[in-house]
Amino acid sequence: MAEKLLVAGVDVGSATAKAVVLDRDGRVRGSSLLPSAPNLSGVGREALNEALAEAGAEAGELAAVAGTGYGRAALDFAALRITEITCHARGASVLFPGTALVVDVGGQDSKAIRMGPSGEVRDFTMNDKCAAGTGRFLAVMAGILGTSLDVLGPAGLRAMKALSMTSTCTVFAESEVISLISQGEAVPDIAHAVHQALAQRLAGMVRMVGADGPAVFSGGGALNPDLVDCLQSLLGLVFQIPERPQLTGALGAAHLALRKAGA
Amino acid sequence: MRVASELRFRWMKDVALPVLLKARERRPRERPRGESPLGPPLESTRSLKRLMTRHYALARYAEGARPVAWVTSGAPVELLRAFGCYTVYPENHAALCGARRMGPEICAHAEEAGFSRDLCSYARVDLGHALSGLTPVGRLPRPDVLFCTNNICQTILYWFKELSHGEGIPLVMLDTPFIASGEGTPEVFDYVAGQIKDAVPALERITGREFREDRFHDVLRSSIRASALWGDVLATMRHRPAPMTVFDAFVHLAPVVSLRGLPSCERYYEGLLAELQERVSRDVAAVPGERHRLMWDNIAIWFALAPLSRLFAEHGWAGVAGTYPNAWAETTHYLDLADPFGSLAKTYTLIFLNRGLDYRLGLMEAMGRDYQADGLVLHSARSCKPYSVGQYDLRQALAQRLGIKSVVLEGDMTDFRTWSEEQAKTRLTAFFESLDG
Ligand code: SF4
Repeated sequence: MAEKLLVAGVDVGSATAKAVVLDRDGRVRGSSLLPSAPNLSGVGREALNEALAEAGAEAGELAAVAGTGYGRAALDFAALRITEITCHARGASVLFPGTALVVDVGGQDSKAIRMGPSGEVRDFTMNDKCAAGTGRFLAVMAGILGTSLDVLGPAGLRAMKALSMTSTCTVFAESEVISLISQGEAVPDIAHAVHQALAQRLAGMVRMVGADGPAVFSGGGALNPDLVDCLQSLLGLVFQIPERPQLTGALGAAHLALRKAGA
Repeated sequence: MRVASELRFRWMKDVALPVLLKARERRPRERPRGESPLGPPLESTRSLKRLMTRHYALARYAEGARPVAWVTSGAPVELLRAFGCYTVYPENHAALCGARRMGPEICAHAEEAGFSRDLCSYARVDLGHALSGLTPVGRLPRPDVLFCTNNICQTILYWFKELSHGEGIPLVMLDTPFIASGEGTPEVFDYVAGQIKDAVPALERITGREFREDRFHDVLRSSIRASALWGDVLATMRHRPAPMTVFDAFVHLAPVVSLRGLPSCERYYEGLLAELQERVSRDVAAVPGERHRLMWDNIAIWFALAPLSRLFAEHGWAGVAGTYPNAWAETTHYLDLADPFGSLAKTYTLIFLNRGLDYRLGLMEAMGRDYQADGLVLHSARSCKPYSVGQYDLRQALAQRLGIKSVVLEGDMTDFRTWSEEQAKTRLTAFFESLDG
């Protein structure tokens, strides 16, 4: 692979498609983040092309590509296909060596991963049967509140009043939120209650894998400061947040591609 | 009437069915195996299909010719066989419906009638079948008697009561007290043995047949032998590489569940054991290139058996042990011809589902060691609570005692509305990746 100096990781999820291009030394040369599309292979390729463009490189320079995310099976151009659990763990330990716990809140599922001293996955749990506990849950709640995902987090931080929400079932929570709105409760207070409910669910998952120690919050959920706060105070932990948390899985995949190319 | 039914039954059994089944088998079957990650399929599967097809096909002709009994998997069927009963296992039938992906369709009939979706899906399939007649086997014969034991769960009791009330069919129920700890006391076994003895006159009345002790002994002898053979079949998986997998065990379990006590069951397992021993002697692997060995806890996810077995094999994983298949080899060593009633009581009271978690933990620990398992998959069955409760504690304890990793799969025996194949694949693949490092 004398002249092939690059590798890439492509993460196609239900909400977004991400790609990261690395050079031989593991430095990020390009990355991308696109909304996902029904044509998983197409959107994966698009994400890869965009990251390559940012790196000023071409597909021919890639020594290996690793695919991950729920669309990984469709990525016919990827030589390696690895689950998002392994990739998130790897991505987090590249960014923060010594990470012992990763909480990832993505569009379609959320997970808690416990890792050993060298970043290996020891145990994990996923919330994958329904929208409860996932980014989709937040998106639905934001929709009912007439706001968007990026506003929901900062809004929650401004809460003045503790409201209680008992459900994380998206359908039940929806009607709870509607009744809070009709009772005239303020959006920041409702947003905070939504985050608190989701954080409780995530905390349960963390306790299930029984992790503590240096912790990382990845995925789109990490961009929500109120959600992160809620989870931190429930667990008594401080989370490290990657600069671009949504890219953690693609970054991990790219590092696994690098390992393969180097082998 | 009785004579006509008897003649029809015999004619089907000895003449028509053998010919029909043979003809069916001769039809060339093209099964594109593609690039299967699995080793050569077991030859015995053909005899298994023949045996079980014959059992279900003949069942409908048994009506009127034999007393028909519907039985639970943990009931002392030996007693019924002494009366010449034709037995149908609703649980086995439900598993079959599950494997044919008919679960939700049949369950829907029970749900429409008001049974909760949280109820055991075997019960929902069976009640749904009773309400709709839906089945992949043509028709099940109407029972003359329902025979049930609550050693596997309490659900069974209400389920069988429902059948009994709905159709006005006599129910014979044996109560096996739960053994929370220890090995059970003489009082418990006397209590259960007393009920089995009391069932004799009840069954004489219902079936109109006399209890024949000589026949009872023959059946017991045959049952002991079949279970022992089944135990030997499972034990072949201790060999590296394993000559079959736990997924095969789920499939080849049917006769010991529903035909034990009959000569055909013994013969079947003699054949299967011989085939497996021959495989062991030549190191034929069920999963070529077997890299890891795992134990499976809980009932099979019947509708996903084939894709799961493929997925495991693709990663070099051989399922080599399972608590569920093991249940039919676990306690039959208690059976003793010198004390038929007392030993039946022991055999059926001491099965692991009727004992505390400590016992199950010990059992799994021993199995993990015997079969050299380096991973554990726990199927958390959405609608089988008694089997699924406690699994998180079990996995933690086993991680400590055996140092093995485990993964929990959320599924169900038959109801695939609780199942997402993609997500299950991701969980399992991530689990495999974590073991490979
Ligand atoms: S609840 Fe579980 S043990 Fe009871 S009948 Fe259903 S599947 Fe069997």
